Amino acid sequence: MAKRIDISGLSAFYGNHKAIEDISMTVEPRSVTAFIGPSGCGKSTFLRTLNRMHEVTPGGRVEGKVLLDDENLYASNVDPVTVRRTVGMVFQRPNPFPTMSIFDNVAAGLRLNGSYRKSELNDVVEKSLRGANLWNEVKDRLNKPGSGLSGGQQQRLCIARAIAVEPQVLLMDEPCSALDPISTLAIEDLIGELKERFTIVIVTHNMQQAARVSDRTAFFNLAAVGKPGRLIEIDETERIFSNPSVQATEDYISGRFG
Amino acid sequence: MSHATAVQDRPTPPTGPAPRSGLSSRSLPRLAPVGFAVVSVALAIGISLAAGWHSKVQWGMIAALLFLAISYVATTVVENKRQAKDRLATSIVWVCFLIAIVPLASLLWTTVSRGAERLDGYFLTHSMAGVLGSEASGGVYHALIGTLEQVGIATVISAPLGLLTAVYLVEYGKGSLAKAVTFFVDVMTGIPSIVAGLFILSIMLIFEIQPSGLMGALALTILMVPVVVRSTEEMLKLVPNELREASLALGIPKWRTILKVVLPTAIGGITTGVMLAIARIAGETAPIILLVFGSQLINANPFEGAQSSLPFYIYEQYKIGEAASYDRAWAAALVLIAFVMILNLVARGIARWKAPKTGR
Amino acid sequence: MASTTPIDTPPAPPAPPDRKERPKSTGRAGDKVFVGLSRGSGILLLVLMASIAVFLSYRAAIAISKDEGNFLTTFDWNPAGDPPVFGIAVLLFGTVVSSIIAMVIAVPIAVGIALFISHYAPRKLAAPIAYVVDLLAAVPSIVYGIWGALVLVPYLEGLNLWLDQFFGWTYIFEKTEVGVARSLFTVGVLLAIMILPIVTSVSREVFLQVPKMNEEAALALGATRWEVIRLSVLPFGRSGIISASMLGLGRALGETMAVATVLSPSFIISLHVLNPGGGTFAQNIAAKFGEADEFGRDALIASGLVLFVLTLLVNGAARLIIARRKEYSGANA
Repeated sequence: MAKRIDISGLSAFYGNHKAIEDISMTVEPRSVTAFIGPSGCGKSTFLRTLNRMHEVTPGGRVEGKVLLDDENLYASNVDPVTVRRTVGMVFQRPNPFPTMSIFDNVAAGLRLNGSYRKSELNDVVEKSLRGANLWNEVKDRLNKPGSGLSGGQQQRLCIARAIAVEPQVLLMDEPCSALDPISTLAIEDLIGELKERFTIVIVTHNMQQAARVSDRTAFFNLAAVGKPGRLIEIDETERIFSNPSVQATEDYISGRFG
Repeated sequence: MSHATAVQDRPTPPTGPAPRSGLSSRSLPRLAPVGFAVVSVALAIGISLAAGWHSKVQWGMIAALLFLAISYVATTVVENKRQAKDRLATSIVWVCFLIAIVPLASLLWTTVSRGAERLDGYFLTHSMAGVLGSEASGGVYHALIGTLEQVGIATVISAPLGLLTAVYLVEYGKGSLAKAVTFFVDVMTGIPSIVAGLFILSIMLIFEIQPSGLMGALALTILMVPVVVRSTEEMLKLVPNELREASLALGIPKWRTILKVVLPTAIGGITTGVMLAIARIAGETAPIILLVFGSQLINANPFEGAQSSLPFYIYEQYKIGEAASYDRAWAAALVLIAFVMILNLVARGIARWKAPKTGR
Repeated sequence: MASTTPIDTPPAPPAPPDRKERPKSTGRAGDKVFVGLSRGSGILLLVLMASIAVFLSYRAAIAISKDEGNFLTTFDWNPAGDPPVFGIAVLLFGTVVSSIIAMVIAVPIAVGIALFISHYAPRKLAAPIAYVVDLLAAVPSIVYGIWGALVLVPYLEGLNLWLDQFFGWTYIFEKTEVGVARSLFTVGVLLAIMILPIVTSVSREVFLQVPKMNEEAALALGATRWEVIRLSVLPFGRSGIISASMLGLGRALGETMAVATVLSPSFIISLHVLNPGGGTFAQNIAAKFGEADEFGRDALIASGLVLFVLTLLVNGAARLIIARRKEYSGANA
């Protein structure tokens, strides 16, 4: 179910602008890896290179390798569509399909593949909604539009939609930044449960959140505005927050800049 | 860096459902669609020749259908059904584009090539006075004058009227009156030109007014005002509210704020909108048929007597049905299209040139 | 004349109660005049709209009261006869049929081109293509008309024969009369070409407004480009496509010159759309106007009134759909 990601020598560009430079790291399976760093350091861009969403942006381009259990995502015979099915993603703002019901939102990914039976679909939708801790709240209104839910519920709906297709990896791009504290707590609890089954990578601006949910933390920074972002260090979360090996990390964590 | 995390202690056997096939898959080469296109065009020509069909329209349709079929089947075989559907959608979209290109390109090409045969200085500076329909002579001068005058009068009336209405809608109006005006302006945009012509005609019948350029211009006004209102409204809405507030906070009365701050900021866009509206009405024929009546002679007075106009001239020459008159119709069509296109290009140029300054 | 009218009317004395919450005008003369002018212009437009309806109805009533045939069902147009007999049945039929043909052809293709520009074309091509499409919307209808009559009609003859040969069994495509392709079908094709640009550019606008996050949601699920369009773009753009089509329909219904040049008119109703003959409101007005006396003109005005109402309904519906969509998308923004 969960795969390891090995990134080596990865740079990403917007047109001629280099957004991130020469990043190498390993993301361990069945764990939560958090990306932290100041705004504009390229952590979201980096996250989007992990399921080839970066190239959707006009001018977006990637150099380097991303190995998902030894298979390079950027090999020439790899279809980005397959990659995105294998590596799911949850976005900053909840984005359920506005015209679809709750049920259809969760089932959307499965239906793309065509072959399903009605009962099978029901099971998967229920399982995914339970997995996203949303089932009890929505089980009586599965046919209502997903846009009628609260922000936090919508975000959990999006997580249910992402895990319904059984991805290997789940990428989360600041999933709580648009939510209130109570919804944030619900999502953080959920992340703790999901890491039993998935490899999770989460970008966050909130250092307490990184400390709470992640097993390992990667700190990104950029030398100056306009310069590409770089990976400064990656280590166990406890260590990063108590005794980082690089001074810049400590400065950032203790709030001296950024 | 330490890698000894708790997670790593666990064995990582491939749990979960049936292992997924790898990420890589067979796929068609990138240039495959070009190959399919060549094959289907060749096949279509072959089939059509064999069946003795001569219409090029048919050839194109057969080629398009073959192209869709070939690429769908090939993708299904080599890749999979989802990719095939995707490819089919892509092909259909491309075919739509090509289908649309053909007639529109033909229209422009025919007009330019046929029009250029007859278009010269003589054509632009002479009227049809004393010229027989079958004679390869005469010109479009009287129609040019008619068009310029009618469109000019329509613009002189429509521009202020449209501008003021837009100012009302954006700067003052909020109640039911504004809602009604907005709705009916939208509806007015859809009035067929011939209905606008009939409206003026009914007035002429009631008050026994004779046809003249002015009557045509009034019908054109009905067509032009809603376009001006719409575009001006859009432009005024783009003016940031901070500008208005800054001016009002200085104690400048609202009407001066609008005149001195709001309108100058939006003037580029407003000009563009008015020019596009002119381009639109310059090609209207139907009201001219009903209200201006047409004439072979130069009549520079738009307030009295029949006039011609470019679009009317084209229709008139077409209806004569002689080779020479067709030539004149195409030449006049070229003049009209050139007029409209230049207006469009200049208008869009102004819009682009002015755009950054309005702070969009 | 029209522009000076507002000055003559006294500027509406009491400030409207629902004015914006900006500082109240201090009662300066300049403000009063300006408000009066701009309000007056708005009111003038409403008056204009109302008077179009009133004047057309008035003249139409004169004509219809003397019509010895049934205005709605008569298959003839002879207001000069004794007794005068005329009816709009053929015109209504021809107008609706040719517009339907135009819609059936143009809407799918226009949506295709709009998608091409918004989602498929290489980025460097998309902007110029969109620009050209907008320019084509400005080509005058009379130019489409002579192109249709002199270029398109001969080209479509082969297609007509072919349709008759293979689809004649559908009745609609059965060609029972020989003759050039100056038929309702050809008119429909020409109208389709004419409304392509407007339908395309309105649809394109809507497709470009689809929130990026909706498309990314589909992409991140592993959707192909077509699936992204099906899941995110088309549901979002559906009402936009409908209103774009209705705007196109409004144009097709009222188009005069292109029909007048292409169709060879006759007062028959036939579903054999490949046969020459039939007529539309606008075409009939343009064709019959020259020979009409005053009463004949009133009769034409009566038919124009029907066309006016028809286009009002279609355009009004389109606007309502657009307005509803704005509320809907606003709620989700």
